[in-house]
Amino acid sequence: MSLLRPYGDTTGDGMVQVSFTLPMAHSKVAEGAAAQLAEKMGIQPALVVHAKPMGPDFTFFVVYGPVRHLVDPSVVEVVERDYPLLTAKEVNARVKSTLRRRLVVVGACIGTDAHTVGIDAILNIKGFAGEKGLEYYRELKVVNLGAQVSVPDLVAHAIEEKADAVLVSQVVTQRDAHLLNTREMSAAFREAFPPARRPVLIVGGPRFDESMAAELGVDRVFARGTTPVDVASFLVHRLEKRAS
Amino acid sequence: MTGKLDLDPVLVRRARALARQVGRPIVKLARQHTTVSVERATLRLAGLSGADPDGTPWVNRLADAVRADAGLEHGLALPVWDALVRGEAEDLLVLAQKAAAGSVRFRLPDGRDATRAQAAARRQVGAGIRRIDAQRKTRERLIRTIGDAPSQPWIYLIVATGDIHEDIPQAQAAARAGADVIAVIRSTGQSLLDYVPEGATREGFAGTYATQENFRLMRAALDETSRELGRYVRLTNYASGLCMPEIAALAGLERLDMMLNDSMYGILFRDINPIRTFVDQRFSRQVHARAGIVINTGEDNYLTTADAVEAAHTVTTSQLLNEFFAKEAGLADWQLGLGHAFEIDPDVPSSLRLELAHALLARELFPKAPLKWMPPTKHMTGDVFRGYLLDGFFNLVGALTGQGILLVGMMTEAVVTPWLSDRDLALQNVRYVLQAAGDLQSDFRPLPGSFIPARAQHVLGESIDLLERISEHAPSTSGAGLLDAIADGTFGLMRRPPDGGRGLDGVFRKAPGYVNPATDLLEGTS
Repeated sequence: MSLLRPYGDTTGDGMVQVSFTLPMAHSKVAEGAAAQLAEKMGIQPALVVHAKPMGPDFTFFVVYGPVRHLVDPSVVEVVERDYPLLTAKEVNARVKSTLRRRLVVVGACIGTDAHTVGIDAILNIKGFAGEKGLEYYRELKVVNLGAQVSVPDLVAHAIEEKADAVLVSQVVTQRDAHLLNTREMSAAFREAFPPARRPVLIVGGPRFDESMAAELGVDRVFARGTTPVDVASFLVHRLEKRAS
Repeated sequence: MTGKLDLDPVLVRRARALARQVGRPIVKLARQHTTVSVERATLRLAGLSGADPDGTPWVNRLADAVRADAGLEHGLALPVWDALVRGEAEDLLVLAQKAAAGSVRFRLPDGRDATRAQAAARRQVGAGIRRIDAQRKTRERLIRTIGDAPSQPWIYLIVATGDIHEDIPQAQAAARAGADVIAVIRSTGQSLLDYVPEGATREGFAGTYATQENFRLMRAALDETSRELGRYVRLTNYASGLCMPEIAALAGLERLDMMLNDSMYGILFRDINPIRTFVDQRFSRQVHARAGIVINTGEDNYLTTADAVEAAHTVTTSQLLNEFFAKEAGLADWQLGLGHAFEIDPDVPSSLRLELAHALLARELFPKAPLKWMPPTKHMTGDVFRGYLLDGFFNLVGALTGQGILLVGMMTEAVVTPWLSDRDLALQNVRYVLQAAGDLQSDFRPLPGSFIPARAQHVLGESIDLLERISEHAPSTSGAGLLDAIADGTFGLMRRPPDGGRGLDGVFRKAPGYVNPATDLLEGTS
């Protein structure tokens, strides 16, 4: 693919539009400053089409103009997730056709960690970032054990509930507690289940490195910014792989 | 009553009668129980505040100690004030410290000891209630001398930095930009804490902790801004979650003006035990009634989890139940900010007419309630330009249907927490629409028998059907059809059994001789 410029109404015109706020009172100097910023962004000539004071100390600008940069799609690198993102409907339908029953998810904060923010954001119907949690998915049965659950308790609940997946959240990272707890957890599950029967193990928290799954003995690590649909989609992907 | 929808008054009466029928057994259940949070709220009203070096509030330490020695089924008041009357400590704080150190034992007094303890408790809790009364008078005086919000709907803006010292300048800026009501969003997860954090806080997750000190700081800052602007700027927070009664008490003591407070939200969306929720609800609403606080209910949540057309009647049903529970707890019509939202998929044909029908239905069913009108969130896609238009239509429906409280929609919903410019553009949108529409509301009258009244009547009918199904629900184990309906997943998609959910271990069936001076004073029974 060849080099591209943005498109306004004519091929190659390079037109873009940006809006931003500068922390200064509205004046001719402020409009000049806005044009200067736009030009530094590569917009030349920058056309400040709108400037509006917001209180005494801020001004909002809308700027149009041609950008001198080119883009080359052939050298764009993206990190592709290795499973497709599904809608809630698709998750439900695929769980139904793969398992012919509800998928059981057991979640907990283990160790002394009392921060249920993460596990609740993923599991509670209220969800996170405008997205509903796993409880919202009709074909998922969610058992949220809450905070400060011991590893033996978690294993016992996973057995009792016949869990297909176990979600563990770790927020506290003092003295690498999150890593130690996760390793203890994955070892306990390996001991309690034959490999084919072991629930899918997922751990998440703001300080985890997503590439550490193998080292920690879990199936997947989720880091900051993970939303419920990421987790649901991964679960479907993994269970379909197991079933096939 | 304007009667734009030609609602059948017999059906409206029937809907209210059903709500009463469904709600009554729940009230009975609430009266039969108390919770740790109701008891701790009583201690807060009596003036106990602060926390131990680990951050555990003294009310929790004291309540836990009494619970271990004497149980909570008789209430905290008798054992606590019996210990004070016996001279175990000179005041509540020292008593809590001694209790935490294990150097005082609690007992359930009887005879003259009980009478003396009860009288002492009543004096001290009564002082807290009087402080709430004084704060209510202060609010009324400030509104009289400074001036009130110039017109309805009141413009409601949110701040949510996580740091109270960042929230304050943002809230003041929002008020200067035109907000009549400032809501401070709470930190994610506070609803599931079984204690109220203490002091001024600077680190929340996507919101700021609700604490007594944060309430006080923000109210003081907004009082200053109110004087500067010549209109009283109202402050909102959340009386929800496991500490709902305590937060309600703190709101009354620190003169918050509105509180989010829904009868079933915690059960359905936070998996809090149903009985815990209904007991805590009733107490918190009694406090709000006394404090002159306007409650905002949470019906918008039903529409974000279910389809806004199919689930429209669940909003109406919940509004009717919220109204019943609120009035039973002593709230007046002007205190009922019943919630609803503009959440219909914009790709649905005639979505604007459907929104108008639903919003008018709420307006006509509850003509004296202020109504809280919530902007689109579910269909805000990140396309900020389309979102801005959607917010404009939301504002128009608000103007056409006489909404009392308008939560300002942000075009960057689902993208970022609002920027300064997002808020400014959003307020321009509101102002343009309200000014352009003027009193269009009084000209606007759908043709009898046309789409809008037909749709509203249909939703009311569905709501009555749902209430009938709930009231006919065989009260099997729990003694209340509504509890069984909740257990069955009638609301939202959630099954919430009465013996499940968080906070159940903090629920106690009251024993004969239960004493709580706060409840007595709030109910005016003694």
